[in-house]
Amino acid sequence: MTTSTTPLLSAQGVRIAFPGRHGAPDARAVDGVDLDIRPGEIVALVGESGCGKTTLARALLGLVEPTAGRVTFDGRPLEYSGRSLKAYRRRVQLVLQDPSGSLNPRHTVYDAVAEGLRIHGHGGDERAAVADALSRAGLRPPERFFLRYPHELSGGQRQRVVIAGALVLEPELLVADEPVASLDASVRGEILALLLRLRAELGLSALVVTHDLGLAWNIADRVAVMYLGRIVETGAVERVLTAPRHPYTRALLSVLPEAPGEPVVLTGEPPDPSRVPSGCRFHARCQILAGGEADRAGVAEACRGRDPEILDGGGTAQVACHWAHARKS
Amino acid sequence: MSLLDVRGLTVTYAGGAAAVRGVDLRLDAGRKLGIAGESGCGKSTLALALLRLLPAGTRVGGEILLDGEDVLAMKWGRVRAVRWAGASIVFQGAMHSLNPVRRIGDQIAEPILLHRKATPAGARKKTGELLEHVGLPAARASAYPHELSGGQRQRVMIAMALACDPRLIIADEPTTALDVMIQAQILRLIEQLVADQDVGLIMISHDLAVLAGTCDRLAVMYAGRVVEEGPAGEVYEAARHPYAQALSAAFPRIGDPASRFAPRGLPGDPPDPAALPSGCTFHPRCPVALDSCATEDQPLRNAGPNRRAACVRITTAAEPADEPDSPRDTPTDGSGTRRDTADGDPDAHRDTADDTPDPRPSKAADDSDTQHGTTTDEPDPRPNTTADAPDARRNTADDGSDPRPSKAADDSDTQHGTTTDEPDPRPNTTADAPDARRNAAAGDPGSLEEARPSTP
Repeated sequence: MTTSTTPLLSAQGVRIAFPGRHGAPDARAVDGVDLDIRPGEIVALVGESGCGKTTLARALLGLVEPTAGRVTFDGRPLEYSGRSLKAYRRRVQLVLQDPSGSLNPRHTVYDAVAEGLRIHGHGGDERAAVADALSRAGLRPPERFFLRYPHELSGGQRQRVVIAGALVLEPELLVADEPVASLDASVRGEILALLLRLRAELGLSALVVTHDLGLAWNIADRVAVMYLGRIVETGAVERVLTAPRHPYTRALLSVLPEAPGEPVVLTGEPPDPSRVPSGCRFHARCQILAGGEADRAGVAEACRGRDPEILDGGGTAQVACHWAHARKS
Repeated sequence: MSLLDVRGLTVTYAGGAAAVRGVDLRLDAGRKLGIAGESGCGKSTLALALLRLLPAGTRVGGEILLDGEDVLAMKWGRVRAVRWAGASIVFQGAMHSLNPVRRIGDQIAEPILLHRKATPAGARKKTGELLEHVGLPAARASAYPHELSGGQRQRVMIAMALACDPRLIIADEPTTALDVMIQAQILRLIEQLVADQDVGLIMISHDLAVLAGTCDRLAVMYAGRVVEEGPAGEVYEAARHPYAQALSAAFPRIGDPASRFAPRGLPGDPPDPAALPSGCTFHPRCPVALDSCATEDQPLRNAGPNRRAACVRITTAAEPADEPDSPRDTPTDGSGTRRDTADGDPDAHRDTADDTPDPRPSKAADDSDTQHGTTTDEPDPRPNTTADAPDARRNTADDGSDPRPSKAADDSDTQHGTTTDEPDPRPNTTADAPDARRNAAAGDPGSLEEARPSTP
């Protein structure tokens, strides 16, 4: 899985903190993340709500300026001036979770898809570009959809319109935030198949933000598991999802309905990003530490006191866990 | 007697959309039934119909026997008493179901005060207990909904549903908006409550995997009907109906090479309940449809021990051998009387369809078997329903317009009932259903009442 191509989009040591109100400590939503997306690669960023995955995605899109670290696209760091961001967003497009919410109910499908072209001053044939994007997104024949309004479409069709709107500018990378979470089971597979087909036809890269590990298994080359602002395990999907090493990844996989063995149901919710625990940020909920296995491996002290190193963003399989490292060596 | 026995339930909205078109379900106390299907398949409508929560103008037909009492025939006072105390619903989206400007403790206490005539202090005490029961500290009673996380809010909804010790809990997409870990916590909590308190659970979801992991039995709905029904694990692992197969395949098994880079869905969109396709409603999307599927509606037929599916491709080869295992462990029994509500299905077709694979005798046999197994005590506790209600049905059925004549047959005299019923011309279609409804209502006072949305 490790290819030496330079990454298309890369986050390097990205930290994003939101100031706390009334003197409360800052919320460290993203707390040191390296992540590369190479051309033609589909990366799944998975984690629970509140783990910072959406904030990270927003930073990659240039919607939030990182507090520290930087985002580079095609080797050049992102500039946060209006003009360069506009040029950037032509190349990187966003697909949001809820197609009903992201489409203007008073715009026809044609207007919704053409909006990007108009904003970016498309010189060519607008009608042809819209038709092309719609048919790529699986709405065929496209002319039949031009004058339809979002309420006339099914959920799956709406999401296709949103994807067509992203495709019309011929971007190099799509950032999809929970692209199928609000869709029905049978439609879900269709939309995911569409993302795969776009990769095959256009060489499109994608970052898919989701809490659904099954989605990662369905379409992603690589997966990055995020917990409380940090990527705790990353690597090829086959490896991470079938032989997870981080206790958190293990717990996530164990609670899936079809998972073999006893589910590890973590108690409580992910802690507050304004109070990130010291040591390993997962140690307070870690079933390995609680079960005494970390102690037997001689790393319990490290778990409580030493923050594991930040994983690099490349394609190699890595885990930020003292216990997993101790087991390996 | 089953805790819940739904027979030939039909729901038609004021706009003419037939959301539920003849559903039979059965649930025993302490058992868990999953209902799966896409949006618009009628699963949530079914849940609302169980407690008559549908908007005014909705036509509801059939019977909903809760502990032997027909919910559809109840007077309003009785319906109010049954809500919360007899059966309660955990709605999806706890965010929208809780009042944002009232403390959660007060919201949980409300049904207790109304239904239990409890003192405020007693209600407060009970509220604290309920919160502890669902894994929240009793002190959280003074919190407002926005102070809680999604998982905690869902716990509050569950505590509220338990407030009046109901016999039946209906959970409509209880975990849909939640993260995997929180979802696992909530599912575990629900399972534990069902086991501890011997209540019946109906869980509704589009996620077959979640239902299979939680429930004993599973019913898959499509366009207002149950198209497959059986033990949860079997339906999930080896569905017989092509729709159930597609639904099951839509959720990949991690580690399964077949689904790697191969997301599976189902082309097309769910049908519009106001304009259903002819024949088998699934045929336009069906990968294995035959020519005849466009014209012939398919009833539920035996598809193995304890299983039923409504597909022409299911042959009932190993039929009678299966029966010995079936009796006792059927908490739900989607009795195979679906053909009576068959839509626009000329009898000629039905006859030919019946002649070839002949699901009939086996169905009758199976029904009678389950009947013996689960309802031997039926005549005693329910003299009224078995004697009166079905009779009333039969009378209306003679008009030739009641969509559920054989429901009566199904009830007690399945063996001889279904077989004699068969040759009967059955012109009833959903188009007739409204009329049927009116007729039935004539002999069934109270069922005409429109359900109104209600608050505790």
